[in-house]
Amino acid sequence: MLFDLTADQEFLRETTARFLVDQVPPSRLRALRNDPVGYDPDYWRRGAELGWTSLLVADRHGGGSISGQALVDATLLAHEFGRHAAPGPMLPCNLVAGALSATPSEPGIALLDGLLRGTAVAGWCFAEGHVAGHLPGGLTTEIHIDGAEAVVEGVKRPVESAASASHLLVTGRTGSGLTQVLVPADAPGLSVTPMRSLDLTRRFCSVTFEQVRVPVSAVLGPPGGAGAHVADQLRQGLVLLCAESVGAIQAGFDMTSEWAFDRYSFGRPLASYQALKHRFADMKTSLEAAHGITDAAAAAVADDADEADELVSVAKAFVGEYGAEVLHDCVQLHGGIGVTFEHDLHLFLRRLTLDRALLGTPADHRLRIADLLEKREAA
Amino acid sequence: MSALPTTARGGPEPTEDVDDFRARARSWAAANLRPADRRHLEVSIKTKRDEEEELAEIASERQLQRRLYDAGFAGVCVPQSYGGQGLTPGHQRALNEAFEGYEFPVWFQVPTLSPCMAVILEFGTEEQKQRHIPAILRGEELWMQLLSEPSGGSDVAGALTSAVRDGDSWILNGSKVWTTGAWWSDWGMCLARTNWEVPKHRGLTVFMLPLRQPGVEIHRIEMLNGNREFCQEFFTDVVVPDSDRIGEVDDGWTVGVRWMFHERMLYDSPLVTFPLGVVRSVGATSLTDLARAVGNQDDPRVRDLIGEARMLDVVAHKLQERIGSGMRSGAISEPAAAIPRLFQGVSTSRLQTIAFDIAGAAGAAWTEDDGAAAGRGIDFLTRQVSQIGGGTTEMARNVISERLLGMPRERSVDRDVPFREVPRGPSSRPDGREPSEQRPRPGPGPPAGRHG
Repeated sequence: MLFDLTADQEFLRETTARFLVDQVPPSRLRALRNDPVGYDPDYWRRGAELGWTSLLVADRHGGGSISGQALVDATLLAHEFGRHAAPGPMLPCNLVAGALSATPSEPGIALLDGLLRGTAVAGWCFAEGHVAGHLPGGLTTEIHIDGAEAVVEGVKRPVESAASASHLLVTGRTGSGLTQVLVPADAPGLSVTPMRSLDLTRRFCSVTFEQVRVPVSAVLGPPGGAGAHVADQLRQGLVLLCAESVGAIQAGFDMTSEWAFDRYSFGRPLASYQALKHRFADMKTSLEAAHGITDAAAAAVADDADEADELVSVAKAFVGEYGAEVLHDCVQLHGGIGVTFEHDLHLFLRRLTLDRALLGTPADHRLRIADLLEKREAA
Repeated sequence: MSALPTTARGGPEPTEDVDDFRARARSWAAANLRPADRRHLEVSIKTKRDEEEELAEIASERQLQRRLYDAGFAGVCVPQSYGGQGLTPGHQRALNEAFEGYEFPVWFQVPTLSPCMAVILEFGTEEQKQRHIPAILRGEELWMQLLSEPSGGSDVAGALTSAVRDGDSWILNGSKVWTTGAWWSDWGMCLARTNWEVPKHRGLTVFMLPLRQPGVEIHRIEMLNGNREFCQEFFTDVVVPDSDRIGEVDDGWTVGVRWMFHERMLYDSPLVTFPLGVVRSVGATSLTDLARAVGNQDDPRVRDLIGEARMLDVVAHKLQERIGSGMRSGAISEPAAAIPRLFQGVSTSRLQTIAFDIAGAAGAAWTEDDGAAAGRGIDFLTRQVSQIGGGTTEMARNVISERLLGMPRERSVDRDVPFREVPRGPSSRPDGREPSEQRPRPGPGPPAGRHG
């Protein structure tokens, strides 16, 4: 997270943080462990009133950035979600709301109103759960146009909040291009199978489309012409995952620092042992680096800078890998209590670990960085 | 950073706004500077170099620095009364942007402009500033920092080099080490012990002295890769006038603390010119060339390594930006400079390992035909330099944990006793001819990763 926020940004961050502390303390997160939805709809509706789903939506559609860099604003929200391991469909609702606003359609605008008010939830059917299924070029789901209808065929997983969503935004291919179409969750031929996940409150499903038909008016933009928009959503999603992860790393680090001062062994606080102090220095360095690269990626995407794709992949590769090391170090420094369900540390480890695996692993993104580097050198 | 020249002191308010300044610098660079060669683009530890070549390079850098001075681009943040431009760090950043892709006087930046000139600006008398700062900016004085000693690199305040008062002068005896290019430098800034009867931090004084004079013997040290840039100096009854003392007698640690702060700032100091696009370590770009030379550029394992290397490079850069801006705005305190130093040190070592792994056997046994892969193992052998030079990563970890995170300091046995009574161990002799526990300090054109 940036060191210096504007007054409006700080207001958003602060009200969100206070609301989360009040509404979803760790005890509440544990209570939601077996809840099929993972959050209370009223909690989500009240969060939406704080602006949780409006940041990536254009002014004319009822949203608006508070700083002129919409995605940077959204990272503050994601950061607080990570710092509190907060429940709710923050990621899919923001990405779909942004997409519906970027390419307005009649059913899209109708749904957008519900998303902004927190009374509707949407899912983004993008990843396909196999190698390269996290990259637009690797998608196999097909969307073809048959007269006045668009027909969707394929399997998407994992899809966040698909079970509580009224609509799903599906990304698939039409010939050699990409198409995005908004499908009602109760469309015939569409089946949703709940999955289990690492996180206590975030819910994922596998969604199968068997000749699912919707009117062409549900297609966002011209069929086959969604490539640039998909790339945008992917960049935004990756940045939000990183920002949320950084929040989780920060929470684990803060908790562990406090522990190091409070916990005495052999008559001394843990924080007085050089072997442990040096680990804290390494953890702090990784944490600050994760902040720095995530903020740089967010700014680059918000400004549509040339290096945005590279920075996004660098952030995803770094934050997932180094962040996990930091949180596992936090576990180690806590000792046995750190691997119990009773302790809060795992809430953050779970959140980071989940985010690390979504939209491409660190290894996937390292390969993408090499591809981008080669492409740039060849140019 | 209160003492840094964030705005002109003693000069008029900046008259040229940053954009105009950048535009003027751009057009001047286009008309007057040559494109950067590899030396300007990739600052990393050099292997063996030809002595005459090196001297010629230094001579041409002096001229280049002089041309910058004449054109009004030297000492951007230095007050006009000392020959600088009296502008702001924003102007210096604009200059770094404007000079992207062009040659620049690599060897003049560190340690001459920072930390040496920075320390003179902060602690020097008016006479000392007038005498040295314009001369430095004109390219006439190259400086070295005489800080590390053979008896210990990290424990700077444990200096054994002694200065004894003799009327209006001081007599220096002892040895300093890890000065890059001392054999072609002009002046040295030296931390010496002036009082052995008080605790170690309270008996130090800082002096400046010409390096080419009787009593100063300079030996070049051969590093394990054949590099001979580092030197060791031996002082035998060197006479230093009291007017060449910086700061108060026995208060050298006050100077030293700021000196080392400037040292950690390295290329992020507003006193230093460091064009954009210059990489400070083995970059991922050269790794793709290397992989092509070896022919393994399509091997997914190699691509993974290249991706990792590029990731580390980019993150190091963005971390530096974050910490730099946080320090400028006051959001974080000065010890945070140890964070990017630690990251850069560790990541540079990793990059050298990656390069060697990509090079394969040709990095270890090669002929001239092996191109970019030839001898890459040499850099691997000196991999730890990035975690030693300019303050070890262990010291950085101490600074981060103790001064940034507020964790309890290490127990010390040398704080409250007269320095004379501090145990020094069997290997440490005041003549310093048996080096042990050493660390190189940054010299110009620094080895990989030397910045903080």
